[in-house]
Amino acid sequence: MTGTDASLPDGVERRELDGDDRLCTRGPPEYGEPTDGEWRAWDARRSKLGGMLELGMDTGLSGGETVLYLGAANGTTVSHVADFAGPTYAVEFSPRPVRDLLDACEPRSNLFPLLKDARRPETYAHVVEAGCDVLVQDVATRGQADVAVENRRFLADDGRLLLAVKARSEDVAAAPDAVFDDVLADLESTYEVLETRPLDRFHEDHLGVVATPR
Amino acid sequence: MTTDDATDADAAGADPRAWFAVGDDESPTDRVRNGTADAPADWPTLAVESGFADDEDDYYAALREATLAATRAEVNERERADDRQLLHAVRAMDDAERVANELAERVSEWAGTLFPDAGTGVEGCRELAERDPDGPAEERVVSLATRVAELDREADELEAFIESRAPVAAPNLAAMAGPVLAARLISLAGGLETLAKKPSGTLQVLGAEDALFAHLRGHGSSPKHGVIYTHEYVRGTRPEDRGSASRALAGKLTIGARIDHYSGDYRPELEAELDERMRTIRARAGDDGGDPE
Repeated sequence: MTGTDASLPDGVERRELDGDDRLCTRGPPEYGEPTDGEWRAWDARRSKLGGMLELGMDTGLSGGETVLYLGAANGTTVSHVADFAGPTYAVEFSPRPVRDLLDACEPRSNLFPLLKDARRPETYAHVVEAGCDVLVQDVATRGQADVAVENRRFLADDGRLLLAVKARSEDVAAAPDAVFDDVLADLESTYEVLETRPLDRFHEDHLGVVATPR
Repeated sequence: MTTDDATDADAAGADPRAWFAVGDDESPTDRVRNGTADAPADWPTLAVESGFADDEDDYYAALREATLAATRAEVNERERADDRQLLHAVRAMDDAERVANELAERVSEWAGTLFPDAGTGVEGCRELAERDPDGPAEERVVSLATRVAELDREADELEAFIESRAPVAAPNLAAMAGPVLAARLISLAGGLETLAKKPSGTLQVLGAEDALFAHLRGHGSSPKHGVIYTHEYVRGTRPEDRGSASRALAGKLTIGARIDHYSGDYRPELEAELDERMRTIRARAGDDGGDPE
C-alpha cells in the first residue's frame, strides 16, 4: 500500500505521515489533521469518500472534475475533494455545520457552498451547472436512493455517482443488508451500479456505491 | 430586462432562471438564495455568452463570491432563530396564558353582576368581547374581556412561532420532544448549551425542582419526571412503567440536545431508536399498553 496508486485521482497520494501511510491531499488544513508541508492527511474514519478510496474502490476519479457534493456537513470531505477536483458545489441543509463549511470555503477558490436541501434540487438547479462529472452523496436522511435519482439531472451521461448509503438513516431496526438491497433496487432504473463495497472498516453499517447514469 | 443593452439585466434575456439573471431590485446573492429552476443548464457558458462574465474563470470567481455571501447571510439569519429566541418565546407564551386566565377570572366575577348569561374563562371573555356595552361599567368589562381574548390569541401566535423556530434551533430535540417541550427544556436549563451539558438524570427531572429538593431534604420519593411528563411517551405509558419511559426519553433527549448544540445536523435514526425502545417498554404491559402505531 505504498507509492502511487492507479485507483487514486491526481492530487491524492499515499504519504508517510507520523510513521503511518496516509491518504493525503494538498491544501490548507481544516480540522486539526496531521500535515506534512502542503500535504494534509485525509482521515478515512471521518470521511466516507476517503474510506472508499482507502479500500481501493474504482471511483473513476482522475482529478480536475466538476463535482456536486450532497451532504457536505462541516466540510471535512468536501475540502479534500476541492483540493484535487475542479469546480466543487457543496450542498448542506443544516445551518450550524455550514458555519464550519464556510471556513473551509474561504481559502479555496473552487469550492461553492450552498445552504440547500438535497431533496429539492429545483432550489439549486439555477446555480449548479449541468453535466457535472461526479455526484458525491453522503446524506443522513430517509430516501437516500430518491435523492440520488432526483439529482441525476446534474450528472453528465458518462458521469459517476459516488454514494455512501447509511443503513441506519433508512431504518434502524432493519438489517443493514436488507436496507442496502432496497436502496440498490431503487437506484436500478436510473443508475447502473458498477461496484459496491461495505465501508465497515471505517464506517459501521455503510455501503459504498459507484454507479453511472443509464 | 427587455432592453438589448449589454448589461447584467441582459443576462436575464439569455435565461431568466439563471442565478446571474438579476432583476431590478435583486443582487446575485438574492438570486442564489431565492431562485429556482427545474433543470440545470450550462451556466458558465451561458454567463459568458450573455456578457455576465468575461470568461470561465471570471464566472467562477463571481459564483464563489455570490454563493459565499448568500450562504453566510442565510446561516446568520437562520441562526438568529437560536435558543435564546425560543427561551424568551416559551416564557412569554406561558406568561400570556397565565395572565389571560387570571384576568378571565376577574372578568367573569365582574361580568356576572352585569350580564347574567356571561360565560366563564377565556372562552367566556371571547364571547363577551363581541357584545355592545351599555353604560360605563359594561364598557369596562367588555374592554377587559377584549384584552383577555387578545392575550390568549397572542399565546397561540407565540406557540406557532415556537413550532416554526424550534426545528431550526434544535432539530433533534424538537423532532423527539415536540417543539414546545423542546423550548421548555431549553428555557428551564437556561439555554441549549447548558442543556447539552446536563446529565440525562437532570433533564429527566427539569421542572420538578420542588419535588426533587423535598426528596433531597428527606421528604418523599425522588421525582420520576419533570416537564417531560407532558410527552406522550411518559403520559401515555402505564404508571408502573413511567420511570423507565422517562429515563429512556430523557436519555435520547440529552443526546439530541448535545448533537443539536455541538453538530446541528438532524439524525432521524435517533428518533427511530427512541421509538424502538418505547415499543419494548410498552410491550411489558401487553397489548393494552402497546404502541398506538
